[in-house]
Amino acid sequence: MENVRIKVRDANLYYGDHHALKNISIDIYDKSVTALIGPSGCGKSTFLRCLNRMNDLIPNVKINGEIQVAGNDVNRYDVILLRKKVGMVFQKPNPFPMSIYENIAYGPRIHGIKSKTTLDDIVEKSLREAALWEEVKDRLKSDAIGLSGGQQQRLCIARTIAVEPEVLLMDEPTSALDPASTMKIEDLMENLKKQYTVIIVTHNMQQAGRISDYTAFFLNGEIIEYDKTEKIFYKPRDKRTEDYITGRFG
Amino acid sequence: MNEIKNVRHSRIKERLAFYLLWVFSILTIIVLALIVSDILVKGLPHISFSFLLEEPRKMGKAGGIFSVIVSTFYIVVLSVVFAAPIGIAASVYLTEYAKEGPVLRIIRYGTEALAGVPSIIYGLFGYSFFVVFLGLKYSILSGALTLTLMILPTIVRTSEEAIKAVPSSYREGSLALGATKLQTIIKIVIPTAMPGILTGLILGIGRVVGESAAVIYTAGSSLGVPDSILRPGRTLSVHLFTLASEGLSAENTYATAVVLITLVLIINFIANTLINKIFIARRR
Repeated sequence: MENVRIKVRDANLYYGDHHALKNISIDIYDKSVTALIGPSGCGKSTFLRCLNRMNDLIPNVKINGEIQVAGNDVNRYDVILLRKKVGMVFQKPNPFPMSIYENIAYGPRIHGIKSKTTLDDIVEKSLREAALWEEVKDRLKSDAIGLSGGQQQRLCIARTIAVEPEVLLMDEPTSALDPASTMKIEDLMENLKKQYTVIIVTHNMQQAGRISDYTAFFLNGEIIEYDKTEKIFYKPRDKRTEDYITGRFG
Repeated sequence: MNEIKNVRHSRIKERLAFYLLWVFSILTIIVLALIVSDILVKGLPHISFSFLLEEPRKMGKAGGIFSVIVSTFYIVVLSVVFAAPIGIAASVYLTEYAKEGPVLRIIRYGTEALAGVPSIIYGLFGYSFFVVFLGLKYSILSGALTLTLMILPTIVRTSEEAIKAVPSSYREGSLALGATKLQTIIKIVIPTAMPGILTGLILGIGRVVGESAAVIYTAGSSLGVPDSILRPGRTLSVHLFTLASEGLSAENTYATAVVLITLVLIINFIANTLINKIFIARRR
């Protein structure tokens, strides 16, 4: 039996009067890829941002219910430690305007690592894990903005890995990338899930089918169906899931 | 037929607009060139090492402008040292911490209004507050503090714009790694906004160098080399104003003007190369 890494029970989220997430309950398993699918505005990104409390940045957001990561209630846990444990990769690659090396070393540094050799090791290890090392090892000091979009996104993955998270949240990480770069990142996820719990929001149904072990289908702020990916794709229980998967709406 | 006519018409208009714009832009350059060349022609022959390195004699009628250069330098450095940290801190507060609301609107409106207040008003305030009330007398310090107040609104405004232009995705990326808000501001936001912040500082320096009204009433117009910031001093602009208004020496007036213009050009040049360097280093 797989370990539950993230446990959510009856979570509700309101943006002012708008009820954006309704009674969300889900168990997300360790060392697997869970895809969140659904039409735009269905709450999947909002849900993802509950897990590392990025919604705190938005005024007038109210959350109730229980959200646990590795047994800790996220809303009572220290937000700095939570975000160190639960890393996030964004839709648009957002490397900082500094060198490749500095981008990766930034996280470890703010968490107190000062030794140059330790930082060197972390930078190399993270870049290797993100399948970027071979491409950039000779120009670690050059600016990250000069990398291609796909490379930038892998750099962002490496930057996230560098603080040794347990969970990786990915908010449509390939939607701004070309097909070749997308493929590289999908290959990468295969390896990432060996060490991390990966949760990915995607608009691309084929992508969810290719890379995820579990899939949750969101609609209007609710989880309609959540199961192993092959079940969702081949034997959906709910008519709405089937309609969405087969492309009848969305 | 009509269509062709229309096309021909709009093409002529296009041409006309182009030439008009061209003429006006050339006109502004010509005016600038006239002013600069007038000053250079009349002032350059009187510039020499001794002019730069000698102290003024006979109230500036003879001798050089050494003490004036020193006073100018002191005042510029001091006002930037005071204004930069206050201005950057204020703009960080206004952009990153303050909640949108009536208080913030009043502060914004206030800084905007302050930026437009004539410098003589600052001079008057500096005189009654720093010189008289705080008992700092006519001094480099009184002058620098007054000019700090004068350039602060500009620095706050430009820094605010620069900080607002930092993409929020940088902030999100940093926070998502577990950085605190303060770490994010110090290590990501301010360095990214630095070229814009520097531009504001340099605009401020330009105003300080060119200012005379606010300085006469606060730093005085003593011609000696100030041996402390509590002593009075005379800046280049004040010297120029005094020489010109008292008709002491046309040669020295124009020579001083040359030094002033050169200084402003050098400051602009340094600013541009600095900003380009930072920007280009970033883009590579």
